[in-house]
Amino acid sequence: MDSGELLAALGRSVAFGTPILLAALGEILAERSGVVNLGVEGMMAVGALAAFVTTQTTGNPVLGVLVGIVAGGIAGMLHAFVSITLRANQFVSGLALSMLGLGIAGLLGKRYEGQPLVASLPEGVFSGLAIALALFLWLVLYLTRAGLTLRSVGENPAAADVLGVNVIRVRYLAVALGGMFAGLAGAFLAVSYRSSWTEGMTNQLGWIAVALTIFVAWDPIRAVFGAFFFGLLYYLAFALQNSGIPSMFLQALPYALVILVLALVALRRRQGAAPEALGVPYQRGLR
Amino acid sequence: MAEPLLQLRGITKRFPGVVANDRVDLEVYPGEVLALLGENGAGKSTLISILYGLYRPDEGEIRLEGQPIQIASPRHALELGIGLVPQHPLLVGRHTVAENLALGVGAPLFPAQRIIPQITRISRAYGLQVDPKAQVHTLSPGEKQRVEIVRSLLGGARVLILDEPTSVLTPQEAEALFGVMRELRAAGRSLIFISHKLEEVLGIADRVVVLRRGKVVGGVAAQEATKAQLAELMVGRSVSFERKRQAPSLGGVVLEVEGLAARSARGLEALRGVSFQLRAGEVLGVAGVAGNGQSELIEVLSGLRKASRGAVRLEGQPISANPAQLFKAGVSHIPEDRLGMGTVPSMNVAENLALREYDRPPLARGLLLNPKALEAQARAQVREYAVATPSIYTPTRLLSGGNIQKVILARELSGHPKLILAVHPTYGLDIGATEQVHRVLLEKTYQGAAVLLVSEDLEEILSLSDQVAVLYHGELKGPFPVESVTRESLGLLMTGGTA
Repeated sequence: MDSGELLAALGRSVAFGTPILLAALGEILAERSGVVNLGVEGMMAVGALAAFVTTQTTGNPVLGVLVGIVAGGIAGMLHAFVSITLRANQFVSGLALSMLGLGIAGLLGKRYEGQPLVASLPEGVFSGLAIALALFLWLVLYLTRAGLTLRSVGENPAAADVLGVNVIRVRYLAVALGGMFAGLAGAFLAVSYRSSWTEGMTNQLGWIAVALTIFVAWDPIRAVFGAFFFGLLYYLAFALQNSGIPSMFLQALPYALVILVLALVALRRRQGAAPEALGVPYQRGLR
Repeated sequence: MAEPLLQLRGITKRFPGVVANDRVDLEVYPGEVLALLGENGAGKSTLISILYGLYRPDEGEIRLEGQPIQIASPRHALELGIGLVPQHPLLVGRHTVAENLALGVGAPLFPAQRIIPQITRISRAYGLQVDPKAQVHTLSPGEKQRVEIVRSLLGGARVLILDEPTSVLTPQEAEALFGVMRELRAAGRSLIFISHKLEEVLGIADRVVVLRRGKVVGGVAAQEATKAQLAELMVGRSVSFERKRQAPSLGGVVLEVEGLAARSARGLEALRGVSFQLRAGEVLGVAGVAGNGQSELIEVLSGLRKASRGAVRLEGQPISANPAQLFKAGVSHIPEDRLGMGTVPSMNVAENLALREYDRPPLARGLLLNPKALEAQARAQVREYAVATPSIYTPTRLLSGGNIQKVILARELSGHPKLILAVHPTYGLDIGATEQVHRVLLEKTYQGAAVLLVSEDLEEILSLSDQVAVLYHGELKGPFPVESVTRESLGLLMTGGTA
């Protein structure tokens, strides 16, 4: 492999990794507030379709991305309502959101299948934005009062509540913003990376993002490296398509990666880094 | 005396079926330590919760410097100048002290860094040593408590409520706390000190107010009060403070532990070569600050954890690592966590009483349970141990701590145990229930049982034990005969000193 090919390979890895990074940043945000959202895949699909349809009808891909972000945010609010206000099981609610999002996007997107996109955006813009957002999120988490509040709510909501922090509002905000990140990741797929709409185009990337969140111990900076590492693995799987390896193995790769990541995490005993109150609905007076 | 800083008039708070506070009047003056004394359920917690904005009173009025106030939330309470140091610190373990103290009040940017000078100023002014950059989970209970005190002072508290502050402290740490309390009092702040330890109350307080069944039953100047008088006010009858233990008649060696080592659930070395012997009829008290190997020692002895080295022999036989077999061999376990480990909270009293022997006659008939036998056993044991329960079919989670503990005692001690592992057996129980637990344990020793008593309450250890040992960092100091130790010498051993 010469240097040109290597550079191209790295470029593809970054592009593959970008939607994973964006979605993982959103999940980090939500989980830092104590809410697990397994609906990333569904929120991405909704964001992707919204972005694609908007771009097709208005011809403006930037507007498309914004609408995709909003759509992801609305999908996130759904999870917030069920898991925070109704205090339903977060895992079940998230799984339902994944199925719902994929199903709705598939249904409403039928007539857009295979249409060529009228105007797309360059990949590099999204990759740069994703890295900038990761840095920004890290700065917010560790150097601002807002970040301290968010982390405290995820660790010990009762302590935050007593000090006048509105735990419910913080969690709603975090989950909605997390949904917006997922919507942005989906929009990237629809108006830049693929520049098309097909059902199931999110291709399990949302699940990789959930796994990555754990793998990088809820740290946005580590998420950058983790996401691009996954991007590299995706690129390799793609490059191996003509190598004679049966395609079903390559298709199974995302799932295998998730299992591998979780096994690695378990071996490294990183679960210790999970926010203390992760997955636990908050109810005042119950400690 | 000056105008009261804080004044409560006719405060009444009702919960379904109970009047938690019944027309409570209370004054707090500037620069005094007011002790609030009462048994569990006397209404102390409710009163604190009202002062701290967690509950609103049904009737009555609160005045601050003569002005009527409504306290809407804990944050509002602190804004008004009322701070609470909770019994169990409400802190984020993984954050630093500064991060915890900046939560909710810090600057928008660099909140933790920018609050450090204020922390340093307060900790210098009142001798409250805290390291702002330390992670909270690495702190001792005493240090965490100081962080909570600093938090109240940062918020400008003029009235500081300390809720059973010494329950988690060693005697030395408690002394340090009293030093801080005197500094605060000298600076003109008012302190409300909640406790049921009479010596401490008499040592630190200026005035004592006693609550019983929601009512104020007495208020006295601490200088004029005696322990017996306060205890009588608290309980409503006279209480004896003599050492409860009669001279035991010791039998043969029941338990022999030699060079025992074990790892904690997190894989760290928790016991490092523990050796001791326990004879029939003897009580060995194990003191120590929580987390020094007590849990692991009890887990090994009750068959819940495997030892990594060393030997444990029950009447000369190596013990098996199976709790059910150990129980049959005569080892009873009164665990630390009453609801989580001692009982199945959602199951009823009769079922909980049957948990040890449900699988053999008379409770079992082949593969089926015998409900009549279950009922008969439950009725007999509830009567014998005076468990106050609406019915033997009430889920245990609805019982009070004292009654849950009686259910456990009934189940564990009804046979003739050779060895009783009692872990914090009276933690959180009121004087009446505590007395009963102590009486039952001692009766069993007169019948020949050996008792291993793990407790953080030195009074309890000293009043029940024949031998006393201290666990520190997984090493056992002692055992020493109880006559040769004092609270102070044990306190030193508990913090790694030598007696």
